[in-house]
Amino acid sequence: MLEVQSIISILFVTLGIVFMLMGSIGILRLPDFYSRTHAVSKSDTLGVFFVIIGLIVYEGFTLSSGKLFLIVLFIALSNPIGTHALARAALKKGLKPLLHDDKKGGES
Amino acid sequence: MENFFLYSAVVLTIIIAIPLIRVVKGPTIFDRLLATNAIATKTIVLICLIGFLYGRIDMFIDITLAYAILGFVGVLAIAKYFSSPKVRRNA
Repeated sequence: MLEVQSIISILFVTLGIVFMLMGSIGILRLPDFYSRTHAVSKSDTLGVFFVIIGLIVYEGFTLSSGKLFLIVLFIALSNPIGTHALARAALKKGLKPLLHDDKKGGES
Repeated sequence: MENFFLYSAVVLTIIIAIPLIRVVKGPTIFDRLLATNAIATKTIVLICLIGFLYGRIDMFIDITLAYAILGFVGVLAIAKYFSSPKVRRNA
């Protein structure tokens, strides 16, 4: 029983770390501010979700696992809200999105 | 199992260090804020892993909750500040 729990936990944590690595590479590689918000909001939220689900499976059914589940809920609510607030502030401030017919392309 | 938590914490530290490049060279101020938000989100997971590594998750989980709320409120406050029309600073 304990071995099955450990194997499932290792699988979930590794999957979540892979998703967070994708998010970090996306922050570096994507050409525009508005496309970088996708890398932060979506893949980071999914990575945190998978890692903490794996930790809940390893912990079992205790009070700490309930608090970890509350952390998952809070991050799934708060991370897209924060990213959306930043994107809306940038749009109000007049930051132009990179369109398809721009000739010069983005900066790295 | 403690070895696995140790290795994943080390890999996660390297992953956290990658958006610092975007913080240093980001063209606009919103890029820097976005990368800072990403670092704050991943630090939550790192604190959870450190709690499992020390075997005292019941203490570290409260630190994690407080850190999550601090990061969220900080990002919202800074976004609200920069979207105000009275701020003269260029983006």
